[in-house]
Amino acid sequence: MKIAIIMDPKDNVATLLSDVEKDEMVQARLGETSTEERIQELIRFGHKFALSRIHKGANVVKYGEIIGRTTQDIDKGHHVHVHNVESLRGRGDKR
Amino acid sequence: MKITGYVRPDGSVGYRNHIAILPSVSCANDVALRMGRMYPNVLVLAHRQGCGQLGNDKDQAARTLVGLGKNPNIAGVLVVGMGCESITAQYLADEISKTKKMVKTLVVLDKGGLTAALPKGAKALDLMLRQASQTKRIPFDLKRLTLGIKCGLTDTTSGITSNPATGIAADMVIESGGTVIFGETPEIIGAEHILAKRAASRDVKERLYRAVNDCEERVKASGMDIRGANPAPGNIAGGITTIEEKSLGAIKKGGRKPLQGVLSYGEIPKRKGLFFMDGPGRTPEALTGLSATGAQIIIFSTGGGSPAGTLISPVIKVTGNPHTAQQLGGHIDVDISSILRGEETVEKAGGRIFKELLNVASGKATKAETFGYGMISIWNIGPHM
Repeated sequence: MKIAIIMDPKDNVATLLSDVEKDEMVQARLGETSTEERIQELIRFGHKFALSRIHKGANVVKYGEIIGRTTQDIDKGHHVHVHNVESLRGRGDKR
Repeated sequence: MKITGYVRPDGSVGYRNHIAILPSVSCANDVALRMGRMYPNVLVLAHRQGCGQLGNDKDQAARTLVGLGKNPNIAGVLVVGMGCESITAQYLADEISKTKKMVKTLVVLDKGGLTAALPKGAKALDLMLRQASQTKRIPFDLKRLTLGIKCGLTDTTSGITSNPATGIAADMVIESGGTVIFGETPEIIGAEHILAKRAASRDVKERLYRAVNDCEERVKASGMDIRGANPAPGNIAGGITTIEEKSLGAIKKGGRKPLQGVLSYGEIPKRKGLFFMDGPGRTPEALTGLSATGAQIIIFSTGGGSPAGTLISPVIKVTGNPHTAQQLGGHIDVDISSILRGEETVEKAGGRIFKELLNVASGKATKAETFGYGMISIWNIGPHM
């Protein structure tokens, strides 16, 4: 089974270590433990998917820290990236 | 643990034995390049600053040029000025001479102009090259090593593998009594609170927060979203979503030791240990700044396989991305993609990076060195008049 890495128990995203097709199952590892997750769309190597449903405006957490905020609801197993997450820092466009 | 190097008159140690031509101003680049064609074994440190600059920007350019000349990998410097610039050849030569290394000056507007300057410069280079060639490598411990650390062409493998493994090597250098400098202020935005916990004093903590705040204010003043500039398109293609995510991975390259200070761009640290240099993430400027702080060797952690190098300090490139290791192996010195394949721990991979650092310090050429890849580019923070 293909592998994904969870960096911290607080994370709501995991990083894929292979290209993964829609409906493929992956093993999401957190240290010595792991869970099996179904991927809901084609997602590339190194990209992230949601470990649970993340509502619009909620924090995205990786490394146990906030890496941004969702701009729409993201369902479990879906791609989490620039199309549905925004940065909270360095936003001159929001001034 | 011993590495071999060239002792300099001030007691510092070089791990390369270069003679360099340093223009004080961009107008003198042509002379430096011509002299470099006459003497192809000499480093030509051509750059685009040195005149028509104001205040902090001028001071930063001068500090960086002095730091480049002082780097212990350089045995002797020919400083080339025009004679009309604001950062003069004489000023740079006087500052660099405090290391007691060989320093000569050449001023184009002196009597006779270009046709007189070229043979005069040739004579100086010839003399310094012969002198430097007689210096022998001798063994040293790591106390006089300054390691620079940079990450570039970052993807999500950087924060998981190559940055934490590089951090292990950084910790080993500090445990051996050496100095480590990492930087890239935009790339600690969103992770500064973690780094600040390791600040050795309240003053260091405040300086770190101030550097990040000033950097973020410059972004805000531009009216732009930082995304697209940092993370850059290559980072986003590699899975990095926000600057916060990039930063949380990036700070791992500095290891886990206490942070002894925050340096200005190109500033030489006065003590040993771990330092943060306040400067940009863009590769040529970041590498040039690290060389100016006195870093003799640089480790460059890359996800996407940057060919980056710089002229003065050998750059060791490390990747944890299996595709990069396979497809761009010619750019990579240490392949640690074994971590993602589950074949090696981050700690063991860090040990291999440290071992390669010792080899490179003692003379082994890096991939960027064999290519001769790299340039000098000084971070410019003000208008040119």
